[in-house]
Amino acid sequence: MKTIFTRNESRIPFGRRGLKSNYRAKETIELFVLTLPAVLLLLIFAYWPMFGVIVAFKRFNPNAGILASEWVGFQNFEFFFSSQDAWRVLRNTVLYGIDFQIVGLVSALALAILMYNVRSRAALKFYQTSMILPKFISMVLVAYITYAVLNPVSGIANQLIRAFGGNSVQWYSEPKYWPFILTIVEVWKTVGMNSIVYYAAMMGIDETLFEAARIDGANRWQEIRHIMLPELSSVICILLILGMGGLISGDFGLFYQVPMNIGVLYPTTDIINTYTFRGLMSTTNWGMTSAVGLFQSVISLILIVGSNLIIKKIEPANSLF
Amino acid sequence: MKRFSIGRLIIHIILVLLSLACIIPILFLVSISLSAEESIAQYGYTFIPKIFSLKAYQMAFANPTEILDAYKVTAAYSILGVVLSLIVQSMVAYPLSKPNYKFKKITTVYIFITMLFSGGLVPSYIINTQYLQLGDSFWIYIFPSLVGAWNIIVMRTFFQGLPAGLTEAAKIDGANEFQIYLKMILPLSTPVLATLGFMTLLGKWNDWNTSLIYIRNTKLYSLQYLLQRILREAEYVKKVADTSSAGFINTDTLPIETYKYAMCILASGPMLIVFPFFQKYFTKGLTIGAVKG
Repeated sequence: MKTIFTRNESRIPFGRRGLKSNYRAKETIELFVLTLPAVLLLLIFAYWPMFGVIVAFKRFNPNAGILASEWVGFQNFEFFFSSQDAWRVLRNTVLYGIDFQIVGLVSALALAILMYNVRSRAALKFYQTSMILPKFISMVLVAYITYAVLNPVSGIANQLIRAFGGNSVQWYSEPKYWPFILTIVEVWKTVGMNSIVYYAAMMGIDETLFEAARIDGANRWQEIRHIMLPELSSVICILLILGMGGLISGDFGLFYQVPMNIGVLYPTTDIINTYTFRGLMSTTNWGMTSAVGLFQSVISLILIVGSNLIIKKIEPANSLF
Repeated sequence: MKRFSIGRLIIHIILVLLSLACIIPILFLVSISLSAEESIAQYGYTFIPKIFSLKAYQMAFANPTEILDAYKVTAAYSILGVVLSLIVQSMVAYPLSKPNYKFKKITTVYIFITMLFSGGLVPSYIINTQYLQLGDSFWIYIFPSLVGAWNIIVMRTFFQGLPAGLTEAAKIDGANEFQIYLKMILPLSTPVLATLGFMTLLGKWNDWNTSLIYIRNTKLYSLQYLLQRILREAEYVKKVADTSSAGFINTDTLPIETYKYAMCILASGPMLIVFPFFQKYFTKGLTIGAVKG
């Protein structure tokens, strides 16, 4: 990623320009032609919708289209932020974002450290293969599994509770349990894969650093604290910056599939993405729905660029761009 | 170094338990699909079927149109989507890997911006359905997701690592850029193409959002979206039960609950069996993403 904005390294010396320019022009045209399909596709499917965000400032009329709809200024934003949903949706999105970042980072690092201490290749391969499995299945399958565990009558969770003499819990109508359920599901799905990234980075650390520390009498914890974590800071920073955008967006699949879009659970399961999706499907007030989406995109941009700037200030080598 | 220690044993125990926690839930689904409906009603879901039964699969095979349609659609758009996106992405990644391509910087910025900012769901929906007429069409699975900035950057980084001397030599022999891309860059890049292709395939195979948002025609549902409907809509399962109950004796309990899980296994089984063989590419895919290019 570092080299994204490198300058043209090889300029042709002045004297030879005349001879080479014809040849160079042909090469440039050929290369440009190669970039065209991707450039055009991005123009249509990425840039056109970017300019389409003006819908957020309009009262959208499907018959008139985006351009001809009537301007309403910031009315759509006011409408959203004065609604009862705004606080709930924003709070859930941000709190889950922070929750997943912290729990995700800590659990993946811890798992990677455990794996780093495994010497047997075969055992390691088994652990990694099985722990990646959840990442490999679709969110719909995850919803099936959650349902098999939490089904109020036949689910495993309630079977256990009953076995210990408790009363069955109606999981799908009790919002208070969902922050825990969703955190567990998220960690279950992602921790194996994320730990492999950290594990790969750990394998790159110079072994002699640890040996030197051991000779100096460092214990396991000190090795992790003073060698491993500093050596990993670059990877951690990159993943944190990339995750920053996620603070305000959240995984639509997790929040739509796993709680199965049940209205009673919205107080703890509704995030911006599920909210805008429902807005798109159920109402015709697309202006407001896209205002929420635009608000989200802007905050996400600020978070990514901002965290990158801060990291650049502290340790330039760790920044993403 | 000690070959054995209590600490290491504890680590292995923890890792074995965590591994099981990842595998067992999936086997659990298989077990439910193989249980008799009566056994579920009496004992609840169990990790090993209390009363074994294949009725759920019988019902699924008695009425296979939906799942077959979904299989065809999913396979078609997955394969086409992977091939096209590898072509388009590698085509743009090649010029970006050349240090002296004239529009290198502006094209890179143009692509990078799409990683940072997006128009959001509603403008995309309006444009795709009202301007491009892609709603309820097979092509909605293909075109909007064809180009990903991240993949381009990964490919470009890989191309930069190829020996520059090779392409220089081809140049001197009179090859143009198209020939170099097609005859040299692509064949040399099979590792990165396989990895990214596999990641894309997985994303496509597991896709349900696209159907959820854009598809109303039941013949165009993707597999995962079909599964979602089966899980959530009791009427859907009832309808299947009614049309396929002919094969069952009246006194039989229809496998309503286990049918859902049988469909789930039928839809995901093949991918889960294939998984261990591709796991290598999968982990590689993530680690190339994580290493600074």
